[in-house]
Amino acid sequence: MPDHMSDTIPFSAAPHVRLGSSSGQPITRRDGVLKVTGAATYAADNHPAGMLHAVIAVSTIARGRVASLDVAAAKAHPGVVEVITPANRPPLALDPDVKHGMFGFRFDALQNDRVRYAKQPIAVVVAQTLEAATEGARLLSPTYEIEPARIGFDGGEHFDPPMVSIGAPPNFDRGDLAAGLSAAAHLIDTHYETPAQYHNAMEPHAIVAEWDSDRLTIDTPNQAIVMMRGAFAEFFDVPAENVHLRSPFLGGGFGSKAIMAGPHILCILAARMLRRPVKLVLPRDQMYGPVGHRGATQQHLRLGLDAEGRLTALEHHALATTSSFDDFIEAAANASHNLYASPAISTRHRAVRVDIGTPGPMRAPGEASGSAALECALDEAAAACGIDPLEMRLRNYADIDPATGRPYSAKALRACYAQGAERFGWAGRPLAPRQMRCDAGHLIGWGMGSALFPAPMFQAEARATLRADGTALVETAGADMGQGAWTVLAQIAADGLGLDIEKIEFRSGSSDLPDGGVAGGSGHTATAGSALHNAGTDAIAKLAEIAANDPASPLFGTGNAGVEARNGRLYHRSDRSRSESYGDILARAGLATIEGNGKGGRDPAAAEARAMFSHGAVFAEVKVDPDLGQVRVTRLVGAFAAGRIINPRLARSQLYGGMIWGLSFALHEEAIHDRRSGRIINADLAGYHIPVHADIPEMEALLIDEDDPYVNGLGIKGVGEIGITGTVGAIANAIWHATGVRVRRFPIRIEDLIG
Amino acid sequence: MNLFDYVRPASVAEAVAAGSQPGAAYLAAGTNLLDLMKGGALRPGRLVDVTRLPGLDRIETLADGGMRIGAMVRNADLARDPAFAAAYPAVAEALLSGASPQLRNAATVGGNLMQHTRCAYFHDAASACNRRDPGAGCDARGGENRNHAVLGWSDACIATHPSDFCVPLVALDAVVEIEGPDGRRDVALEDFHRLPGTTPERETVLRAGELITALRLPPEAGGFRTHARYLKLRERTSFAFAIVSAAAMLRIEGGTIQSARLALGGVAAKPWRAKAAEELLIGAAPTVESFATAAEAALTEAMPSGDNAYKIELAKRVLKCALLLAADGTPRRMPALPASVFNFDTGCHSHA
Ligand SMILES: Cc1cc2nc3c(=O)[nH]c(=O)nc-3n(C[C@H](O)[C@H](O)[C@H](O)COP(=O)(O)OP(=O)(O)OC[C@H]3O[C@@H](n4cnc5c(N)ncnc54)[C@H](O)[C@@H]3O)c2cc1C
Ligand code: SF4
Repeated sequence: MPDHMSDTIPFSAAPHVRLGSSSGQPITRRDGVLKVTGAATYAADNHPAGMLHAVIAVSTIARGRVASLDVAAAKAHPGVVEVITPANRPPLALDPDVKHGMFGFRFDALQNDRVRYAKQPIAVVVAQTLEAATEGARLLSPTYEIEPARIGFDGGEHFDPPMVSIGAPPNFDRGDLAAGLSAAAHLIDTHYETPAQYHNAMEPHAIVAEWDSDRLTIDTPNQAIVMMRGAFAEFFDVPAENVHLRSPFLGGGFGSKAIMAGPHILCILAARMLRRPVKLVLPRDQMYGPVGHRGATQQHLRLGLDAEGRLTALEHHALATTSSFDDFIEAAANASHNLYASPAISTRHRAVRVDIGTPGPMRAPGEASGSAALECALDEAAAACGIDPLEMRLRNYADIDPATGRPYSAKALRACYAQGAERFGWAGRPLAPRQMRCDAGHLIGWGMGSALFPAPMFQAEARATLRADGTALVETAGADMGQGAWTVLAQIAADGLGLDIEKIEFRSGSSDLPDGGVAGGSGHTATAGSALHNAGTDAIAKLAEIAANDPASPLFGTGNAGVEARNGRLYHRSDRSRSESYGDILARAGLATIEGNGKGGRDPAAAEARAMFSHGAVFAEVKVDPDLGQVRVTRLVGAFAAGRIINPRLARSQLYGGMIWGLSFALHEEAIHDRRSGRIINADLAGYHIPVHADIPEMEALLIDEDDPYVNGLGIKGVGEIGITGTVGAIANAIWHATGVRVRRFPIRIEDLIG
Repeated sequence: MNLFDYVRPASVAEAVAAGSQPGAAYLAAGTNLLDLMKGGALRPGRLVDVTRLPGLDRIETLADGGMRIGAMVRNADLARDPAFAAAYPAVAEALLSGASPQLRNAATVGGNLMQHTRCAYFHDAASACNRRDPGAGCDARGGENRNHAVLGWSDACIATHPSDFCVPLVALDAVVEIEGPDGRRDVALEDFHRLPGTTPERETVLRAGELITALRLPPEAGGFRTHARYLKLRERTSFAFAIVSAAAMLRIEGGTIQSARLALGGVAAKPWRAKAAEELLIGAAPTVESFATAAEAALTEAMPSGDNAYKIELAKRVLKCALLLAADGTPRRMPALPASVFNFDTGCHSHA
């Protein structure tokens, strides 16, 4: 999260425009037709004239050094143009082993012959065809000096990380933990383990790089377009303006396309070295190494509870894996900070260095793993106290943020619990496990979990240009990863300008536009949306100024605050018969266009005063075969309160996606390492399971009304990640309720249940 | 990708001639072979495309009442063939429980029989694997082997054969028709896949250049159509290989089992026929007890080859459950989730 917000203009409710004409409508994706017809061009669809293909040769060992590469054999292969190794790799302006900036990660770009994880780039082969480059890479036949791989929680050195996630403190204490624990009537002491998981965006990481003297054009899917343009520029020592990063469509990012990675740098380097455009597309297996993942965790929780099931103490410790050369610590324990009222909360993080690629932010980083453990622990506590799990959550409901003591900006979690439970039919759930069966004899279980996700904002800018023909151009370098930014941001922009969405030309996804900020942290709609709305407001204010000062206008003399913008016209606030179209105002003023600019970011005063989160409750039903242990989730109901919902159709789709992700976390996803070689043995989508359609039950995501006057002027929070939280625990708890077996390691497998 | 030759012969004879060259491999739909080539595990120098050979894509009913299926018939076409599905419902169910619709639309009968193990170390060219590279060692021993064999494995190799299709087929005494440089021969499917012993690289009894042309089901195979089920346990509801699976087919008359056909999948380097268990059931009543005894008997020789002892108990339970389902009768329509424990109207636990 950005550390300074001083240049942000806090958004204040604009008098000229109103929300609601477009916002709130379930408009279908504006880019949907392009996508289903194949007309949407993803990065790898670009083929500039003279383009070469790069293929990365990756290490098959996890630790050691490359002893030899048969460059001659690769070069001799027909079609191979160049082989880049540490021996001939041109210099970079910055050292990839030094972290640059808050979002900086160390990465591997052939700076030396060290190998630090399996699938690390060790050479690049550039050729006329993809096939030639692929075979050239194979012909390099590397030999290694192998050092033993350090894999698993007990495989590497443990340490106290100076920070976790991106810039967060590793430890937290509030209240007297020891006193809380000793006062407890019930003590829950439990542990959970979560595996390494990989983002596996459908669209692989890809880049097409083309230099024109010292100007660089890169087509690459990216979640932080303008920021990353600057980062790329620094590595090649050119001004940021010289780099044009185009990312109109992303086939999923989930955090892995927001950070600098070696393959991209190597492709740009190859293009500069060879003075030809170069394309690099990572094959699926190479997405299991240099482009981040969710680190594995071991979590230990202690919950003290009084006789009525109220928390007296909550302790959450997490041990997370990171690489041997960089830190990204899955901040799992922080999931216990802001959800349940406890007089004492204590969280700690430790980390372990293993020979894997560096983890990074992956959809709900920290929150997902931490929520999984916390929600299961709460369920254990409910069982120990003999209380219904929903009642347990209500008894521990936090009316103020337990971590800071601040009031919440808005928190409709009670309504989420109530409406979710009602829709699911939670009432009457037997307390004891193994009580329900279906006609076919399968065990049925019901479980629930609370969902929580921060509602951050970053920084963004936008421009709105009203045109004399009554249309408008709105621009911000936002990122549509499939979540629907193109649609939702255009809806907000349309409202900001008082125009029908059809009159809006929305340009995004390119670094020559105003900085749209980061599509991450579930803060993109709030941030870029605020910038767009402010830009519209700015343009309308200028237009109103012209009209109010023009004696020929029916709005003459209304003053700046006396008009309202709607359907392409300005109306006198109290006399609706007085109005004029934007086009007429501009025409009379002799203007072809009028431009407004806006910024989005959090009001620092509000950020100081309030705790800001989205909330939710997830209810799950599972069926489990009593003898064979196979599990199927048969119903999932989530109820989420996330401020103003701009587009209910797309918001629901995000929440469904999150809940399915949670199901995947609970039952499917795991990267399995061979502990001897350090290689991941299931590095493809046949072996790394995610749910298929048949695994996805009937699901519902209820959108609970929530008016949040503090998060931002538009009242927008985020919906991109919260669906995962709550869901993992709900499913695991339902499995316990069905079987009586408490599985403490994710994903939950058949062999865990047949005991 | 390595450079390799690609030939498309016009006749079976031409195919066999081309396929007999050193380094040649037959290419059917490629859903298995091409993946292995891309990953570098297999590197044939010549692909002999057999998908367009004339006459290999037919499903025929034979004069004796059996059926012959050409080696190039697609898995989906076979499963949806009304005569085939009616005669051998457990085979159709097994086919439809395999892979995904897209893969089944492409995958061929011959390719399904010949598909290689899913052992991750076989697929990973950087790992030691006796099956891929004789004498190299076996990285699955002492590695990640939760899903490896519990029957018929050797110190040299603990891999399983992954096919679903082959499991009911082996129980029905299917016969593989083969053309080779030395002419035509038939091999019982049960003898077709080899257990690893000391030569795991020899996965089947096919000799160099031999091509599967068809699969034949003998007349008796049609006698189990009213009590035939395939049950497959997997880590997701669909699109996953079996952890263990079982085919159970019964002929029941007057409340007594006249004959039984049983096989297990996912437990050995071949589809595992359970003849001893079949014999125990002859003359028995179709009860939970007799099925439990049979299931026990099918696994008497089972031994874990790694972290997979759970599969032994699971295999017994799957077989018992498949028997209960078979005794209930073949469902009138193909279940929405073929071979899944989650077909809501039927369940082996309603007996318990
Ligand atoms: C993601 C995934 C999931 C899958 N899940 C399942 C599953 O759940 N259950 C299941 O049973 N299968 C599953 N499969 C495997 C699938 O059934 C096989 O890949 C397919 O049947 C192979 O058929 P093919 O025609 O594509 O063979 P190819 O890939 O073309 O060939 C496979 C092998 O057979 C040889 N061959 C092919 N035809 C002949 C012939 N006529 N004579 C001699 N040799 C021949 C080839 O040389 C090659 O070695 C899955 C596959 C994938 C990729
Ligand atoms: S089990 Fe068999 S296939 Fe797997 S690594 Fe060992 S020898 Fe190879």
